[in-house]
Amino acid sequence: MSVATESAATTHDAHHGEPTGLWSWITTVDHKRIGIMYFLTSIFFLLVGGLEALLIRIQLFKPENDFISAELYNQLFTMHGTTMIFLVAMPMAVAFFNYVVPLQIGARDVAFPRLNALSYWIYLFGGLYLNASWFVGQAPNTSWVGYANLTSTQFSPGLNVDFWVLGLSILGVSSIMGGVNFITTIINLRAPGMKLMRMPLFTWMTFVTSFLLITALPVIAVALIMLAFDRFFSANFFNVAAGADPVLWQHLFWIFGHPEVYILVLPAFGVISDVIPAFSRKPLFGYPVVVYAGVLIGFIGWGVWSHHMFTSGMGPIADSFFVATTMIIAIPTGVKIFNWMATMWGGAIRFTTAMNFAVGLVALFTVGGLSGVMHASAPVDLQQHDSYFVVAHFHYVIVGGILLGMFSGLYYWFPKVTGRYLSEKAGAWHFWTTMIGFNLTFFPMHFSGMFGMPRRTWTYQSELGVQLYNQMSTVGGFILGISTLIMLYNVLKSAKSGAPAGSNAWGAPSLEWSIPSPPHHYNFPALPEVRSREPMWHDDERAAIEAVTLAHPAKEPEMPGPSFWPIVVASGVTATWALVMTGVWWVPLIGLAYTTFGVFMWAFEDPFKHLESSH
Amino acid sequence: MAEAAAVAHDDHHYTSTGLNSWKLGFWTLIGSECLFFGTLISTYMVYKGQSIVGPFSGDVFDIPLTTISTFVLLMSSLAMVLALDGVQRGNRKLSMAWLGVVIVLGATFLGFQVYEFNHFYHVGLGLDTNLLGSSFYVLTGFHGAHVFFGVVWLTTLFVMSARGKLPPSKALNVEIAGLYWHFVDVVWIVIFVLVYLIQ
Ligand code: HEM
Ligand SMILES: [Cu+2]
Repeated sequence: MSVATESAATTHDAHHGEPTGLWSWITTVDHKRIGIMYFLTSIFFLLVGGLEALLIRIQLFKPENDFISAELYNQLFTMHGTTMIFLVAMPMAVAFFNYVVPLQIGARDVAFPRLNALSYWIYLFGGLYLNASWFVGQAPNTSWVGYANLTSTQFSPGLNVDFWVLGLSILGVSSIMGGVNFITTIINLRAPGMKLMRMPLFTWMTFVTSFLLITALPVIAVALIMLAFDRFFSANFFNVAAGADPVLWQHLFWIFGHPEVYILVLPAFGVISDVIPAFSRKPLFGYPVVVYAGVLIGFIGWGVWSHHMFTSGMGPIADSFFVATTMIIAIPTGVKIFNWMATMWGGAIRFTTAMNFAVGLVALFTVGGLSGVMHASAPVDLQQHDSYFVVAHFHYVIVGGILLGMFSGLYYWFPKVTGRYLSEKAGAWHFWTTMIGFNLTFFPMHFSGMFGMPRRTWTYQSELGVQLYNQMSTVGGFILGISTLIMLYNVLKSAKSGAPAGSNAWGAPSLEWSIPSPPHHYNFPALPEVRSREPMWHDDERAAIEAVTLAHPAKEPEMPGPSFWPIVVASGVTATWALVMTGVWWVPLIGLAYTTFGVFMWAFEDPFKHLESSH
Repeated sequence: MAEAAAVAHDDHHYTSTGLNSWKLGFWTLIGSECLFFGTLISTYMVYKGQSIVGPFSGDVFDIPLTTISTFVLLMSSLAMVLALDGVQRGNRKLSMAWLGVVIVLGATFLGFQVYEFNHFYHVGLGLDTNLLGSSFYVLTGFHGAHVFFGVVWLTTLFVMSARGKLPPSKALNVEIAGLYWHFVDVVWIVIFVLVYLIQ
């Protein structure tokens, strides 16, 4: 009897314990591992996109430079923008959604773990496919907004736009599935007592972002489908000769594109809304206001798209409407900024690297917001449109806002993920080189823009008088590059030998800090009961929760087993899309058949079958 | 031992709203699909009457014929309801019969569509002919692809039922397929009204 139980216990452990090895990572459906994979992949693409940016900056170092050709320049800025938006900023946020959200709401995993793996693999394959264009020398070259007509076969006969349109639509599929997954997870998998208005703000902003994902991406998907039909089957959606209106593309693109800005920025707002209270040792000031402001931003984000189109001739009435709605969106954003500052006011502030990045975000985002309000006014925009002023503005928003937010999250949650702190010393270097490099790169662009330097042109004349500004930008760009390498060094080094962190590395208030670092693969031995917004800050509540979350379970909770069908399906989807490039209508059907096979195998696979032997 | 397993299983099925996650996720997906079809339909409406060369919609559309195929699809939604009822009651014969009806009606609708596409093509309306051709074929084509996918899905359920693998405890599978099917149906009604009836 005792022998039997013992051997049963061993097999039990072999089945339930954390699996190791490369294959276990490839087939994993654990949200924490998928989060890590998302993060590392997005860092890889950050290096790719950064390299592209540096090549652009070298070219612009002096007037009439011939370091790279105009054609290559077009490819570089297009791939830089596309990479940074779709392969870096969005997935890096998704990395945090994955790792953090289930822990913050007290869930064992996301609602659909295998779908989650599928999202990741489609993202990876889609990103690789997009970048494969470099190897055939035909990278996309019509900018990340791909305005119609320029993308028609008439003006872009090569494969460049094909890679772009197909690559982006693959990535869209991944994001929509992610949105569905996180909405369901947040609605349905909250631990007992975790009411909506008790959720940490990062989870809240993930929730709003997910809604934006499932509503904005179908619109761009349709636009991309129409473009693909124009290119591959001679449809007429953007064919002016057939009576089509190329501004339709602009509308569809920006109906997606503006919410996209909030898809990017809300997760960063969520991160710092968690970080600032944790390091100020005070609950977030005006929690409900911050939540509602976030939801409101999500809504208004839908009504302002045409401020990107003041120069497309919509007429004064439409222009005025979009000026007004655009100005309105500044209000909830301003409200948030006030709440962050009020949280810090009178708090016991600790300036860790995570906190530094959060505060840096508030400062830089405000600059970007102000220049944004400037060109939200149609007449001003007519002046600044497509100049480097715009480039300065959106980098203050996306790098100053989004990327700094992600770095803040990295320093904040790294101890949870690895059980070790990132080095604060290297962190300080990372932070200050980022701040200096960033401002040196992008602040002068306000001036080069105002002096009339157009964006998306591969060189400029010395008479324009912008050489000095451009040189500052280039030097700044390299400092930014170095700062990224410092971060990478810090991550790799500290993951191995950083100072050990306990379960609550920072004395922070939310649920993810109640479990061991790194967490068990099942997260919570039993579901904890939540009674307040800051459960870890109320001693009796914390004790009760820790009694549950730090306990060793009598029997480990059953988790869905690994699966490699998500990879089969993801590779099938990518292959199907890529085979469209052959231009022969039936060839993609091969990919489709393979995908269908994968879907069926997946559908009939029992995610819990690996447990059968232990019953 | 058995008890411990039961407990673990229990909190496996725990959800904070009491709603089933699959159903919730599927509703979310349908929300997303609404925007997908919404954009396609809007594009069709924007380009309505903008074609420079014919044939125009009045030259090709055959409203009585499409009314029949629309009726067929509507009836399939009714059959879907009955099929779900059959599965929930554990009545295998009934569920198989009604699932079979849905599949046949769905396939009939697709048959009408193939006929229609073929006919339009022969009177000179290709995907590349004019704006009507592009926006019409892409819109109805994507709808048709959804119907096709639904037919495949339902066929899978039919086979499962035939093998006795669709007990009432698995009614949810049919319910979700039904949600999808009704959605595809509703989209068609919108298309039928906006594209065919209001010209
Ligand atoms: C090392 C840091 C970076 C540098 C030096 C840099 C530099 C530049 C430059 C010079 C352009 C203008 C190209 C042109 O219009 O001719 C540009 C465009 C752009 N950048 Fe960056 N960038 C950096 C980081 C980022 C990041 C992190 C993001 C987003 C997360 C980003 C997003 C974009 C986008 C969307 C465009 C527009 C591309 C287009 O016009 O199609 N950049 N960048
Ligand atoms: Cu905008």
